[in-house]
Amino acid sequence: MPNITYQGTAYSVEPNETVLGTLRRNGVLVPYSCGAGACHTCMLHCVEGELTARSQKDIKPALKSLNYFLACQCTPESDLEVALPDDEDVYVSARCVEKQQLSPTVWRFRFEAAVPIFYHAGQFVNLKNEAGWLRSYSLASLPAEDEHLEIHVRRMPEGQMSHWLVDDFDVGMHIELEGPNGHCIYTDGEPEKPILMVGTGTGLAPLIGVSRDALHQGHSGPIHLYHGVRTQDELYLHDTLNELAQKYSNVHYHACISGDNVGEMKAGRASDVAMSDYPDLKGWRLFLCGAPEMVRAMRKNAFLAGASMPDISADAFTTPEHKTD
Amino acid sequence: MSTLFEKIGGEGAVDAAVDIFYRKVLSDDSISHFFETTDMEAQHAKQKAFLTMAFGGPNDYTGTDMRTAHAPLVAKGLNESHFNAVAGHLQATLEELNVPADLIAEVMAIAGSTKDDVLGL
Repeated sequence: MPNITYQGTAYSVEPNETVLGTLRRNGVLVPYSCGAGACHTCMLHCVEGELTARSQKDIKPALKSLNYFLACQCTPESDLEVALPDDEDVYVSARCVEKQQLSPTVWRFRFEAAVPIFYHAGQFVNLKNEAGWLRSYSLASLPAEDEHLEIHVRRMPEGQMSHWLVDDFDVGMHIELEGPNGHCIYTDGEPEKPILMVGTGTGLAPLIGVSRDALHQGHSGPIHLYHGVRTQDELYLHDTLNELAQKYSNVHYHACISGDNVGEMKAGRASDVAMSDYPDLKGWRLFLCGAPEMVRAMRKNAFLAGASMPDISADAFTTPEHKTD
Repeated sequence: MSTLFEKIGGEGAVDAAVDIFYRKVLSDDSISHFFETTDMEAQHAKQKAFLTMAFGGPNDYTGTDMRTAHAPLVAKGLNESHFNAVAGHLQATLEELNVPADLIAEVMAIAGSTKDDVLGL
């Protein structure tokens, strides 16, 4: 079996084990999150050895040529020596230019990156603070219209990074930024196709970015955006989305409350409400973001309701920041 | 003399069939648990590879691959009744797409030839 060398120690790889699996089994602390090749937080630098094609499939060309790879996607076939990424290769410094509380639990942060970041609305970035904490955040901004990068942070009871951002991080301070990553983006060419978006909690962030991108690119078909939260005060962009729906006749905003005291909003979980409003999804384009359980269940239900698999885009994360309950 | 894969419509036919087939499989409570996964896109890609093979198209499958890939499912109780259910959904998919009966028979023969490897017999 091949060996993984990390910080001078060699670890033997068990059959079918990934680099991340080997390191974790040996108690080596390296950042990771989704374990599915999506979030890129487990990206490592291969100092010596042959990488598998799969481990570099989704890596940006510049980093690929420097032998960066995803530890959770790499089942090594021969010995590897690996290291944490060199910060100057991977990270860009970003300065916070705005911090605003949008609801009792959600804050908006805007950043200015030291060098331009070329991204699509709906993609996400990884933020790393000085303590080395690394978390993924979806971008709510639209590169064509917004000067700064925008993320939404929900304060989570057990979300270490969310507490730090909300309590200790402020305008004028810097943070390290990696990205963009992800494939939850609007692709043009089918401007009349109906779009269904379902987001829970701050899963709304990429969806508002993608909606604005679709409108910017002249999308003429209906865009139905379902935002699911437990209580009314968590509808943190209610006015903005109502304004968007008033400005564009093809935009329809559906606020869904899963808890009691629904008021004038729709009662129930956003995914259930959306499926009951639109039980036949043949020919629809879908965007699903937020709680992993919701994304998984909704992806299956949408597919069974007729949506074609390539038409379903989703970025489900498993970091504490992205869990809603 | 065109091949089965060409006669049936090539990759376009696979694309047309894969969603219908995978939907049938996922909706069948007797077998859906073998297909339930957190990574539906990867599972969808696997079904596409399977259909390409069954349609006589280019594929990298070997009997050993089929055997190894299905071994964990055999350990969870995969048996002949499940295999037959999947085969039934394949046949129904092809009928739904109005594939001529003689071509369906050829596809079903290829699918049937994988049985021993899939079930680890």
